[in-house]
Amino acid sequence: MNRSEPIRKAPSFLESLVQRRTLGYLLLGLVLLVAIWRLGNALLENPSLFLQQVTNGLQIGFVYALIALGYTMVYGIVRLINFAHGDVFMVGAFTSFYAISRIQLHLWTRALFPDLNPFIADVIGTISVVLLSMAVCALLAVTIERVAYKPLRNAPRISALITAIGVSFFLEYFGALNFVYTANYITYRRPFDVITWVIGDQGVQVLQKGQEVPAGAIIFSNISFIIIVVSIILLVLLQYFVKNTRTGKAMRATAYDRQTARLMGVDVDATISTTFAIGAALAGAAGVLYAIAYPQVVFWMGIIPGLKAFVAAVLGGIGSIPGAVVGALILGQAETLSAAYISTPMRDAIAFSILIIVLLVRPTGIFGEAQREKA
Amino acid sequence: MKTRIAVFVLLIVALMVTACQAGGGGTIKVAVLAPMSGQVSTFGISTNNGVQLAVEEWNAKGGINGKKIETVVADSQCSADPAVNAANKVIQEDKVKFIIGEVCSSASIPVSEIAEANQVVQISPTSTNPQVTLNKDGSTKKYVFRACFIDPFQGTVMAKYALDKGYKTAFIMFDQGNDYVRGLAEYFEKAFTEAGGKVVGKESYTKTDTDFSAILTKVAESKAEVLFLPDYYPIVNLVGAQAKEKGVTAVMMGGDGWDSADLDLKAADGGFFSNHYSPEDPRPIVQSWVANYQKKYNAVPDALATLGYDAANLLFAAIQKAGTDDPTKVAEALASLEYEAVSGKITFDAQHNPVKNAVVLSVKDGKVSFSASVAP
Amino acid sequence: MKHISRTTLIFLGSIVTFTLVVQVLISLGVLSPFWNTILRQGAVMAIVGLGLNLIYGFNGQFSLGQWGFYAIGAYSAADITYRWTNDANSNGLTVLFFTILLVGASILILYRVFGKIRGVDPLSAFAIYLIAAVGLTALAVSIGNLTAPAVNAILKALPTNIANTLVYLLAVIIGGILAAEVSFLFGLPVLTLGSDYFGIATLGFTIIVKVLLDNSDVMFGFVEMKGARGMIGIPKLTSWIWVMLFLILVIVITRNLLHSSYGRAIISVREDEIAAKAMGIDIGHYKTLTFVLGCLFAGLAGGLYAHINGFLHPDSFNFIKSFDPMIIVVFGGLGSVTGTVFAAFAWQLVLEGILRSILPPGFETWRYVVYPLLLLVMMLLKPNGLFGNYEIPYLRQVLPPLKKPATETQTPAAKESL
Repeated sequence: MNRSEPIRKAPSFLESLVQRRTLGYLLLGLVLLVAIWRLGNALLENPSLFLQQVTNGLQIGFVYALIALGYTMVYGIVRLINFAHGDVFMVGAFTSFYAISRIQLHLWTRALFPDLNPFIADVIGTISVVLLSMAVCALLAVTIERVAYKPLRNAPRISALITAIGVSFFLEYFGALNFVYTANYITYRRPFDVITWVIGDQGVQVLQKGQEVPAGAIIFSNISFIIIVVSIILLVLLQYFVKNTRTGKAMRATAYDRQTARLMGVDVDATISTTFAIGAALAGAAGVLYAIAYPQVVFWMGIIPGLKAFVAAVLGGIGSIPGAVVGALILGQAETLSAAYISTPMRDAIAFSILIIVLLVRPTGIFGEAQREKA
Repeated sequence: MKTRIAVFVLLIVALMVTACQAGGGGTIKVAVLAPMSGQVSTFGISTNNGVQLAVEEWNAKGGINGKKIETVVADSQCSADPAVNAANKVIQEDKVKFIIGEVCSSASIPVSEIAEANQVVQISPTSTNPQVTLNKDGSTKKYVFRACFIDPFQGTVMAKYALDKGYKTAFIMFDQGNDYVRGLAEYFEKAFTEAGGKVVGKESYTKTDTDFSAILTKVAESKAEVLFLPDYYPIVNLVGAQAKEKGVTAVMMGGDGWDSADLDLKAADGGFFSNHYSPEDPRPIVQSWVANYQKKYNAVPDALATLGYDAANLLFAAIQKAGTDDPTKVAEALASLEYEAVSGKITFDAQHNPVKNAVVLSVKDGKVSFSASVAP
Repeated sequence: MKHISRTTLIFLGSIVTFTLVVQVLISLGVLSPFWNTILRQGAVMAIVGLGLNLIYGFNGQFSLGQWGFYAIGAYSAADITYRWTNDANSNGLTVLFFTILLVGASILILYRVFGKIRGVDPLSAFAIYLIAAVGLTALAVSIGNLTAPAVNAILKALPTNIANTLVYLLAVIIGGILAAEVSFLFGLPVLTLGSDYFGIATLGFTIIVKVLLDNSDVMFGFVEMKGARGMIGIPKLTSWIWVMLFLILVIVITRNLLHSSYGRAIISVREDEIAAKAMGIDIGHYKTLTFVLGCLFAGLAGGLYAHINGFLHPDSFNFIKSFDPMIIVVFGGLGSVTGTVFAAFAWQLVLEGILRSILPPGFETWRYVVYPLLLLVMMLLKPNGLFGNYEIPYLRQVLPPLKKPATETQTPAAKESL
């Protein structure tokens, strides 16, 4: 070093301001602070009401989680934003609708074994409806994959995306035709009756019809319970499947590097189809749960939950399974709490602002890995 | 390159074919603009069913003044651009002079401007936005009519009814993007508070929402006695089903949007709504309407089908009265028409809105029954 | 002055002839208002599509946000003309004029200042830009309201027709520039995201804009926009000639940009960011430039669209429709200006015109069943779009294309595709 002058002069105030992230974080922190202040106030004002809203958010959050898994798995393996996924979810809901109201599948145990405990009969009946929807959705997704996406695997990625949009439109509007589901809003018959429990000072009680909720108590319905339990079971099963089985390992290998996986003897095509099938099966289950919770089916019902689940997947880091679940739960809370405490009409704007802010702080989502260069 | 040329030639040929279709002779052509695809297509299909039934009945009677009625249905999707294209198409390409539609105000407003400019009579069955029949300077559009209530009346009726029943507190839920719902909510609030009631909460939602748990938890917390929800039946079904689950004890009340065979009677149990007519109404037109609709479409008519049927009947009666299919004369005839429709005896006020009675119906134990009648 | 090449003359000659022939047909009544509206909508979609093609086709940024900027352009332009024609007040014009002027100036100055600093953190820079923009907008509102009476007087002195047209043109341009400035502010932090994440963030932007428009009357005090009930009373001033004039302008700007060294830099970013960086190309700069320009086009298109039907409704700007420009661009061929323009017209003619006319009575519900099927067949048969990266001679690059040689450049059948 024979230069007498320092290579860089001391940074000016503006330079140090702009080169560091501090100012940006300050801006985001300000937004966060306002939100925390609002929510903290609400919590202190009426803790049981706040907890009730959190429970509400949990229910919708788990439904989003099931749908989000399909997006995240498919994206992880073929880098395709599968816009038709929300409509597969819709098909799942409709399948269960027909199973329940046309062939009364949920009552088959009662018909065959009349002396079975009615509770167990209901459980088995509901599970068979869910399984049927999952199977139909898996089949549908594999068909879509083979017909519409596979021929485009080596085409530009955007072509597959446009195809996905086309498939989505087709499923919706074909479904709206009179000889398919019709365009009507159809009231969904729940396979079991709603029971609402009050959790308060007197322990757990069943809420009678017309009875007011006592102050300070939280209510919890069997629907929320079923949604949360079924979702957690499916998530655990999925995690086990992906981590521990041969097919799961093949999926991870294909997601990591398709060419190398092929060289290592993985049947890539079959693996991709399996991924689509599993994702769709989860969406099918979500469809049934969603229809049970919000008992109405209509041909476009998949669009909005599909979009929200997709956002959840991105929020958690698309391609990551735990990320999808965390993202979905955050989104569920964000929606419910902003509807409850900030502004109902603005809740979508708030949900998407959260998405953008999270992406700015963590550009690949909460659990996302740093993006690899294009292979 | 070949495909490119082929596509281009195909486009040109299709353009020419479609441009050369000519209109008919001894018939009266009526266009139905309704959402036949899109999220609210069920409303459009119902409306169209109602209109088609009216057309069949008039044609069976020998048409209007000896001329058969022919309909052109165009998909307007409840949205401005497709509606403008559909209106231009039926006016320019099919040469119709009468339009029944659109269902949604957001599509009816741009269509009404085209209808007015082309001197085509338009009667909207269900668009409640005041701007549909008004010019932007506040004068009435000469050629545009509607067959439905505008909001003030029904909101006032329900507010009075709630107070008569002894309810003192109300919670209002409304769709922020729907003029019909907003109007009803506004006038309900006004009438309810003026007569001594108290509105303890007000929440809006959007038409694609399905999860109302956050709002309903607030309703339960507010301990309101009435939940005023003047929306269409799909939303009522969803809210009703979730309200029970969230421990809401308030009585649900609403407007004529509830009127549908698809109203979930279990979800809306205990509720009241205002309507134009009661299905138990002994008037022959009501009974024959319900029976004929059931025979043809194998379903009970909803409010949209009824209003579609009424709109078509009003239009045809006006054409008959005018004795000609000249739109200007028909518009004049329509303005001074007095007609016994399914939804009551209808006359038009100066702003081309119908004046008719309302009834209050109650939903109880899986049945909709008559509860009270209110005159304007 | 430079020599004007033969291809330029042919291009300008044919497109001007086409415009005039259609105008004559419209005036003679051969083309009814039905087809007239569809053609104008097609031209508007072509402008939006060209903006997106610039961003996605040429620069490789997967943007789903064009529809949001389109909405901003539409509503701001509509607000200006609404206030002028209905209230005879030009405060909308002056306020927005000073807003774009001051905010634009501050952006340019700050951009130059930051350009000299190495390693600028986009989020912190965004914070500074945002503070400047918000402050200057507040200032612009007061300046605009102060100057409005004077501008009113000047405009009223002009003949009504000329004043209306002048306000309309200014409104469209201001709407476009406003969209561009918003896109700069939004794009600054978001453009650092990877391609798919960028797409999703822009999709989020579209949805946020739609929700804001839904609440424009109750929450933000723009009573004339009527929120989710739809804005009425916008003068219908967009004629075929105006919309084509803007389209030609946009085509020429796109062409000249792409043929300059800027264009080559933009394309190099698409081809390989790392290689481009190694060649000394400032990637962030070119991404921002393209994004802002593309959004400017979207905003212009929005302003033109607002004055076709004279009615705006937030539902026209929902996220499902935001895929339309993407479909058009891919349908025409990514990175093909010819393809985008052709596809925009074809898409509009097929979907709104031909499918409407040829479906037999009773099959009205089938329109949106046939459309996705067409889309699917199209994508499966020609995954690279109708035109691939083919261009008519006027738009063709002088240099050979960078990645793969276009297969169909030799065929002389260029003219009939226009």
